[in-house]
Amino acid sequence: MIYREAGQFKTSYSADQAIFPIVQDRVVVVVAIVAAFVVPTVVADEYWLQAVLIPFLIYSLAALGLNLLTGYAGQLSLGTGGFMAVGGYAAFKLTTAFPQLNIIVVFLLAGLIAAGVGLLFGIPSLRIKGFYLAVATLAAQFFLIWLFNKVPWFTNYASSGTITAPPRSVFGVIITGPNATAEARYVTVLALVAVFALIAKNLVRGRVGRAWMAIRDRDIAAEIIGVRPMRTKLLAFGISSFYCGLAGAEYVFLYLGSAETLAFDINLSFLVLFMVIIGGLGSVLGSFLGAAFIVLVPIFLTNVPHMIGLALPVALMKQIELMVFGGLIIFFLIVEPHGLARLWQITKEKLRLWPFPH
Amino acid sequence: MASVLYAVFVGPFKDMASSPSFLIEVLLGGIATGLMYSLVALGFVLIFKASGVFNFAQGVMVLFAALTLVGLMEKGLPVPIALLVTMAVMILLAFAIERVVLRPLVNQEQIILFMATIGLNFFLEGFGEMLWGANVKRLDVGIPDRSVMLVGIQVNQLEMSAAGTAAVLVTVLAVFFQRTRIGRALRAVADDHEAALSIGIPLKTIWIIVWSVAGLVALVAGVMWGAKSGVQFSLSLIALKALPVLILGGFTSVPGAVVGGLIIGVGEKLGEVYWGPLVGGAIENWFAYVVALVFLLFRPQGLFGEKIIERV
Amino acid sequence: MSDPEARPGAAGARPSVGGVGASDPEARPGSAGARPSVGGVGAISGPPLLMVEDVSVRFGALLALSKVSLEVRRGEVLAIIGPNGAGKTTLLNVISGFYHPYEGRILFDGRERTHLAPPDVAALGIARTFQNVALFRGMSVLDNLMTGRLLKMRGHFLLDALWWGPAKRQELANRAKVERIIDFLEIQAIRKMPAGKLPYGLQKRVELGRALAAEPTLLLLDEPMAGMNVEEKEDMSRFILDVNSEFGTTIALIEHDMGVVMDISDRVAVLDYGRKIADGAPEHVRKDQAVLDAYLGATHG
Repeated sequence: MIYREAGQFKTSYSADQAIFPIVQDRVVVVVAIVAAFVVPTVVADEYWLQAVLIPFLIYSLAALGLNLLTGYAGQLSLGTGGFMAVGGYAAFKLTTAFPQLNIIVVFLLAGLIAAGVGLLFGIPSLRIKGFYLAVATLAAQFFLIWLFNKVPWFTNYASSGTITAPPRSVFGVIITGPNATAEARYVTVLALVAVFALIAKNLVRGRVGRAWMAIRDRDIAAEIIGVRPMRTKLLAFGISSFYCGLAGAEYVFLYLGSAETLAFDINLSFLVLFMVIIGGLGSVLGSFLGAAFIVLVPIFLTNVPHMIGLALPVALMKQIELMVFGGLIIFFLIVEPHGLARLWQITKEKLRLWPFPH
Repeated sequence: MASVLYAVFVGPFKDMASSPSFLIEVLLGGIATGLMYSLVALGFVLIFKASGVFNFAQGVMVLFAALTLVGLMEKGLPVPIALLVTMAVMILLAFAIERVVLRPLVNQEQIILFMATIGLNFFLEGFGEMLWGANVKRLDVGIPDRSVMLVGIQVNQLEMSAAGTAAVLVTVLAVFFQRTRIGRALRAVADDHEAALSIGIPLKTIWIIVWSVAGLVALVAGVMWGAKSGVQFSLSLIALKALPVLILGGFTSVPGAVVGGLIIGVGEKLGEVYWGPLVGGAIENWFAYVVALVFLLFRPQGLFGEKIIERV
Repeated sequence: MSDPEARPGAAGARPSVGGVGASDPEARPGSAGARPSVGGVGAISGPPLLMVEDVSVRFGALLALSKVSLEVRRGEVLAIIGPNGAGKTTLLNVISGFYHPYEGRILFDGRERTHLAPPDVAALGIARTFQNVALFRGMSVLDNLMTGRLLKMRGHFLLDALWWGPAKRQELANRAKVERIIDFLEIQAIRKMPAGKLPYGLQKRVELGRALAAEPTLLLLDEPMAGMNVEEKEDMSRFILDVNSEFGTTIALIEHDMGVVMDISDRVAVLDYGRKIADGAPEHVRKDQAVLDAYLGATHG
């Protein structure tokens, strides 16, 4: 009875189409966003910011990108790692070549470059569908990683083969490089993710999202109704790769500090895919839930045995982690193929009635 | 510009012509590798043909089989016994997979089943490592990894035996599918689970049979690969390599898996040896995928795949 | 339901249902004239809206359509009937641009349109429904209908991303139009339900709505009454007739139920084995010997 929409009548389509039509939702979300900016910076310690919140946000952004492409537009992609790598390396090259350029602008440009690469590798999707497309995206993944490995220009001829984020500041606050505080990096990531999550939501609830879902659900009928498959699919690849590229740039500059191609290999692609599957295909919220899940499970697994007094060797932890991931994926697919987002929806439905049974 | 064109389009062929015996060795190596890819692809094809599931975990099944075999041999079991026990393990695995993964997901969309096999992949990876440890293991099947001279060409004994075994296995399976009653039943199941059930085909049994056979194929592949390059985690990545093979050969064709494997194996080797030095090597990482990609652009259903007829 | 303002995109005076109607100037460029009452013979005089001339379609060795010629006159309801496998859906698919004929021409509104791609055909003002209900199952009914309006929605994705200004206004304007169709088809209660969860009869109705949302000049319906009971068929017939009389939409439909065909169509065309074997007013066609042979299975040459 706490959560109900009785009495909330919409008198305009505008109100009905709002992102959070129910007042309670709106209030909660606004409070949550404000809290997200304020609370961790004040309360959380280095560990929580560095090991949990920052990667969670960055992965959410990448998951969002993949969800737009695979969940909404129905184009299966295993190349997420490669596109993130493009973003990371592009940002590195841009900022080392133009140190005066504002680092946020650099990130956005890196995203655009990744979008361009994504468009290129998305061209086969016009002819190829389903699993076949997944293989085409694997070509992108492996080729891009090989490229960044082989061509020393990308790492500015560093002998170690790694790229390191140079110190940069925004509004006088240092946000990248060894001296950047976790709080500063956290706020930057949060701001970027919040903006682009809103943009994604706007895209999917309007014309673009509908075109994507039409192609996903029935591409032939969609074409006969007038959806242009080429434009729609390429737009999906472009926008999705932008998100992944931006996430990749943040990954290097605001989280890892320095990286090599290993950080972007096929395992990253699978990890992000898991986030999307577990969180919910075709759901903006799902991308966040999935990312949270994937970030928290290893932490949970490392800490729980510790708390109950069991000390397990590191290798075993890693193996158990793999088994748990694999098992959970199967479990989710059996129980709720639409992921955590659907479970959340069902919970809200129940909350509408609670404490009444029906 | 002209020198680049020359280096790409002329040079490598001149290299090939200048030393024909070396070329043949490279080709043989490519054929051997290709046949081994085919073996792995065959596992995919079997399962896809019979249950409509794209089994991403095929590669890890190869690894798991090899790990189990080696682990048992290390515990002191003689090779033939170890082989039998491993076969039994793979069959048990098939039972387990059918019960835990396939049955609850019957009639879900293909993409869901595919993702379930990705989950299976990771699960088996962790499980295998947990049981048998993560170090590289040597697998000795009694065939020396040695080259002999045959008609003036160097031929690797191990590779040739592997190729021979693969060829035999592939032929047997092809005949099995095309000629026998069970083969026909399997094809019906692949087409439509519910329809097959409704005409009395025992779905559960079929799946267990098929996944067991795929498991045995994985075992053979695991033994071959493991003897050649040691049993280690990267074996599961072979599965990813099998994907371009499947694209070329089609997902449902046994002969296609062979032809596709050969094309990829030979193409990769030739590419690495003759074009690789131009770009710094390690082309093998992506070459197969790019070939598959180019191929798909011209023939979206692969060499042998059924032409996709869209109906409205 | 005969609210003159309810017709999407309409301007100018509208008559009431069942009476003599004027044409919607936006839907039929260049034609005007009186329209006789529903169920009677005829349509607006003037050049036919759609002309199919000697069209043949082949799938490998199978000849699906063989030199089929027919015309669809403006404002009429044309029924296409024939035994199963006669090529009726293929004919619709050729008109939609999904298949291309290897010989023959298709003219829409007097202009040659034979080899257009499906989105371009849709842009001309041709909308359709499908034999096996091709709704977008993951989307709500409202979204499915809104998708029908995609062709009318211009704009840049960057503005969409900001949900601001022209993008927002366009979205809301289209929502208003779609709501009128929802009212017309009486599906208000299910507008937010995912299309995949609806019962079959409602799905067919939603599919009609999606086609209507495009404000088509020509509406192609592929077995709109398939699998419905008597009541549902009556409702659907009523909707189809209303669409034809109120919105002035020209309709070509494939249908098996002879009762429906006799009741609602102005003219009937009969296909058999990929050929047209009869064409004309319903009463004449039902007595045509060739048609009877085709349905009752007389031996063919």
